[in-house]
Amino acid sequence: MKRDTLVWTLLMVVGAAALFGRAVFTTDGMGREYVEAVPVGADGQQIQFQASTYGAFLAAQAADPNQTDIQFSLPRSIGLWIAALFTLAILSFLYGDNPFYRIAEAIVVGVSAAYWMAVGFWTVIVPNLLAKIAPGMIQGWAMPGLTGPEADQNLWYVVPMILGVMLLWRLAPTGAWISRWPLAFIIGTTAGLRMIAFLHGDFLAQIRNSIVPLVVLTQEGFDLSASLTNLIAVVGVLCCLAYFFFSFEHKGMVGHAAQAGIWILMITFGAAFGYTVMGRIALVAIRLEFLLDDWLWLIDPIGRRVA
Amino acid sequence: MADFVLNQWWLLAAMILSLVPLVLQFTRDGVMPTLETLDRRWIFLIMFWAVLVPIYYIGVTGETFPETPSALAEATFEEIERLEEGDRLLLAFDFDPASEGELGPMATAFVKHAAEKRLRLYFMALWPIGPQMIADAINEIILVDYPDMVYGEDYVNLGFKSGNEGVIKVIVTNLRELYTTDARGTAIGDIPMMEGIENIQQMDLVVNISAGYPGTKEWVQYAVTPYPDRIRLVGGATGVQAPLLYPYIPEQLPGLLGAIKGAAEYESLVNAAYGGDDTDPKYLEALRRMGPQLVAHLLIIGLIIAANVIFFLNRRRVARS
Repeated sequence: MKRDTLVWTLLMVVGAAALFGRAVFTTDGMGREYVEAVPVGADGQQIQFQASTYGAFLAAQAADPNQTDIQFSLPRSIGLWIAALFTLAILSFLYGDNPFYRIAEAIVVGVSAAYWMAVGFWTVIVPNLLAKIAPGMIQGWAMPGLTGPEADQNLWYVVPMILGVMLLWRLAPTGAWISRWPLAFIIGTTAGLRMIAFLHGDFLAQIRNSIVPLVVLTQEGFDLSASLTNLIAVVGVLCCLAYFFFSFEHKGMVGHAAQAGIWILMITFGAAFGYTVMGRIALVAIRLEFLLDDWLWLIDPIGRRVA
Repeated sequence: MADFVLNQWWLLAAMILSLVPLVLQFTRDGVMPTLETLDRRWIFLIMFWAVLVPIYYIGVTGETFPETPSALAEATFEEIERLEEGDRLLLAFDFDPASEGELGPMATAFVKHAAEKRLRLYFMALWPIGPQMIADAINEIILVDYPDMVYGEDYVNLGFKSGNEGVIKVIVTNLRELYTTDARGTAIGDIPMMEGIENIQQMDLVVNISAGYPGTKEWVQYAVTPYPDRIRLVGGATGVQAPLLYPYIPEQLPGLLGAIKGAAEYESLVNAAYGGDDTDPKYLEALRRMGPQLVAHLLIIGLIIAANVIFFLNRRRVARS
């Protein structure tokens, strides 16, 4: 048996045995979801199932063993198990590429694409395009709440609709060039918008933000901390600019400043890397917390399983 | 700690057992040769235990580390604290489940703080999965702990709009051009708290919790910069994004919470002001996640030092030979 196969087999057997033992031989078990039946509507005749907890179920059972307000939810429990197994499948890539990882990855990509498409249709195409062109039809079909001035027809929206259809033309076997016109419109508009935003929000604003007093005087007198902060910021900006200033050879004062600029840049990259590490650990932590708390019921930091 | 070790011996046994092959390799090949050729998967495994054991310990004991708020967290807290009851707060949830670990606790703390201050909350999202994050915040915080808040009068969910920064560009001058209904399909004109709202310049503060593009950077560029006297923004960002936002502080961005550390600092401020004597554990999410951060960071520092020692020792050996 190859080493990898042996490792995978061992992991599967140990994991399955641990899950079986946890589910069968412990008092509370694991991985179950509960829902609460809540009456909705004006007459309260309709029932809506909202997420509940095992703790609430235990409390309700203690009060009335025949209660059905809070009950076990099979669909939500299946969802929980799928989420847990997919988490493990994705994490398994750390050991090496494998079929479980690939299946999980493919499903994530497919579901995300479909989700984006459905959300885009119902939150943009319907309310922001079709509801402007044919508000009466959309009100009767999909948006009964569409009333008032928002329900006025605006035929100018036919223009973006035509551009949208032209953009989709690239999927047709012939005439793909038609999609270049709306694409050119998108690129031109985006470039213009972003150029102004960067010039205004970054370039000019950052110059203004860099012009700060090196000696900060407050009502209490000289503020050493603020002065030092401003001094470091200004010196840092000048040294980094010197590093990217290539009209002079990096010798003498310019060379020293450029050298300091490199150090400042390296410290900045290090700080950014540190932040990234912190972010990644937080992401691992929440997945492990999900496995230990929601799935395995080994910990209960929020007290969801206490009656 | 002793009780934890005695009661949860099986966890520590599993950890030690999983590392036995590595210890055997060290004893068989020696420390330096093993470190020089160490399979990266051993580092993944050690990191796994470094994150899992503190989570388990904190989950069982309920203990958290004390947190000292930084100036940025205090500035963010003060921006909301200065608002009066009934003031308008726009909460833009531009993140998804992938970054929920970092940004979820921030969202929880922001909503709790705003609800305690009795502000009027306007939720919106520029990310397609943002509405689910908004729904979570409403279901787990407002509906449970602030049931007297009325939808449409105290808070409203405007939902998701695609168009990225284009949406911000439009709603700074005309909100109703894009938002004809709320997320439930109710006409904007029929929602009491939307009465008189034409654009987001009328908001007293904008809070953006973002995991990337579109996010806080776009809110600074397209909302704050054109209207610096009318729109004030504070943000919460992931660790990857936070360093890119520091240049905007404090002129364009008076407050920023960076990663889980920023969330924990802000959480401690909100809990100190509004948590009472017995804070609900769901408002300690970020503080709980600082435990694994501490151990994992110590491990990374140790690994960096070990790697540098190996590098310099090797260099000296090569130079001698």
